[in-house]
Amino acid sequence: MKYIDEYRDKKIVLLLAEEIKKTITKPIRLMEVCGGHTMSIQKYGIPYLLPEELELISGPGCPVCVTSRSYVDRAVAYSRLDDVIITTYGDLIRVPGSSSSLDKEKAKGADIRIVYSILDALTIAKENPKKKIVFLGIGFETTAPSSAAGIIKAQMAALSNFYLYSAHKVMPPAMETLIDEGVLIDGYIGPGHVSTITGSGIYQNIPKKFGLGVVISGFEPIDLLQSILMLVNQIENNDQKVEIEYTRAVKPEGNIKAQEMLDEVFEYGDDWWRGFGILKNSGLKIREKYAMHDAEKQIIVDVEPLKEPKGCICGEILRGVNKPKDCKLFGTVCTPSNPVGSCMVSSEGSCAAYYLYNR
Amino acid sequence: MCLSIPARIDKIENDTAVCTVGTSSYNASLELLAHEDVSVGDYVLIHTGFAIQKLDAEEAEASLKTFKEFKSLNEDMDIEEKEQSTRLI
Repeated sequence: MKYIDEYRDKKIVLLLAEEIKKTITKPIRLMEVCGGHTMSIQKYGIPYLLPEELELISGPGCPVCVTSRSYVDRAVAYSRLDDVIITTYGDLIRVPGSSSSLDKEKAKGADIRIVYSILDALTIAKENPKKKIVFLGIGFETTAPSSAAGIIKAQMAALSNFYLYSAHKVMPPAMETLIDEGVLIDGYIGPGHVSTITGSGIYQNIPKKFGLGVVISGFEPIDLLQSILMLVNQIENNDQKVEIEYTRAVKPEGNIKAQEMLDEVFEYGDDWWRGFGILKNSGLKIREKYAMHDAEKQIIVDVEPLKEPKGCICGEILRGVNKPKDCKLFGTVCTPSNPVGSCMVSSEGSCAAYYLYNR
Repeated sequence: MCLSIPARIDKIENDTAVCTVGTSSYNASLELLAHEDVSVGDYVLIHTGFAIQKLDAEEAEASLKTFKEFKSLNEDMDIEEKEQSTRLI
C-alpha cells in the first residue's frame, strides 16, 4: 500500500540502525508517548536493532490506560439506566471498572453499541428519539476533534437526546510533568497523529524549559529509526529542539480547522491521569455553550466507590518508571484474555504490546 | 487509539469522501479538512470516520528520495569494500 510499504524497506531499516550505532557515544533513553508507536516498536522488534546504549521506554500514550476507573464506573452506571444507549469505540468495552465493565453489562442486557465513529452515534440518536444516547469520548488531540464535530452537528440538528461523556485529554502537560518529576529520559519520540492535529508548536516548552528534544515520528519502522537517529544526533550535538520526521502528515501549524473545532466545543480543565494524578489543564471539558450535550451535567447517576486492583503497576509503567516485565502479575495472573489493569486490556497498552511481541 | 492509515480518495460526495484502503472501502467525513483543497486521487489519513490530514506527496517523495540515495550510496560502498577487501566505514 502506498505510503506504507516504502517505509518498511528492510535494507534501509538496517542501514538506519547501523547509522544509529555509529553515531551514539553514550547511554541514551528515549520515550515514546503514543500507543501506536508502542505497538510498532514491539511489532517490528525495533529494540533488537538498536545498540545497547540506546533504551526505549513507553510513556502515557494509551488513552484507555491513563483514564480513571471511575470513568468506566460512571459509564457502567449510565448503561444501567433503562432510557440510555451507550455508544463507544471498541477500545473501552473490556476495560475493567471497580466491579464491572461495559462488556459485562452488555452481557446482562444493557444497550451498549460499539461504533466506528461519533457519526454513527448521531445516527443512532436520530433513530431513537425516546432514548438518551451517551457517546464515550476518549482519546487525545487526534480523536477529540471528531467529538467536537459530532457535538456541533448534534447542536445544529437539535438532537437533544445526544450526550458526550468526555475523557478527552491533551498530551503536553503529561510530557512536561514526567521530566519535572525526574523520570530520566533524554528525549521524546513525539506522537505522530496527535501532532497532525496540533502541529509542532505545542512541544516548544520541552527544549526551552527542560533542554530535551522532541522528534515527531511516523509509525513505520523507517520512520521510527529515522526519528531515533534524529534524536541521537540532537543529543550528541547538544542541539535539542522540536523536529518533524513525519513530514508527509504533520505540518508545523497542524490542522487549523480541527483546532478551531476543538476550541469551539472544549475548554481546558484539570484531569486525572493514571500514574500521574491530577494534571493541570490536561483535560478537555465541554464548554457551557454546549452543556445541553454534556452527559456529566445532564444525566445524574449514582456511581460506585472507586476500587483499584491490587498488585497492578500500570501507573508506574505509564510513567516509564517500570516496564511490563517488572510486574508480578504480567503474563501470569494478568493476560490479554484476563486483564487486571488497563495497560493489558487495551491493544496498544504497553503490557499488551509486550505480551504479544516481546515475552 | 490514535491509529490512522493512508487512504486514497476515489469519490467525493458533498462533505464525504469514499476512500480505499488496500481492498476495503471506507467513508470519511471531510469536515476537518474544510480548509484544504482535497480532490479525488489524494491520500488522506482517516481516524474515527474523519479525514484528519491530506498526505503531502512532495514531502513523502523528498524523504523517500533521501532514503533511496542513502541506500544506493551504501550499496556502492559495499561493492567498493568487496573489491578492495577493506571496510570503508
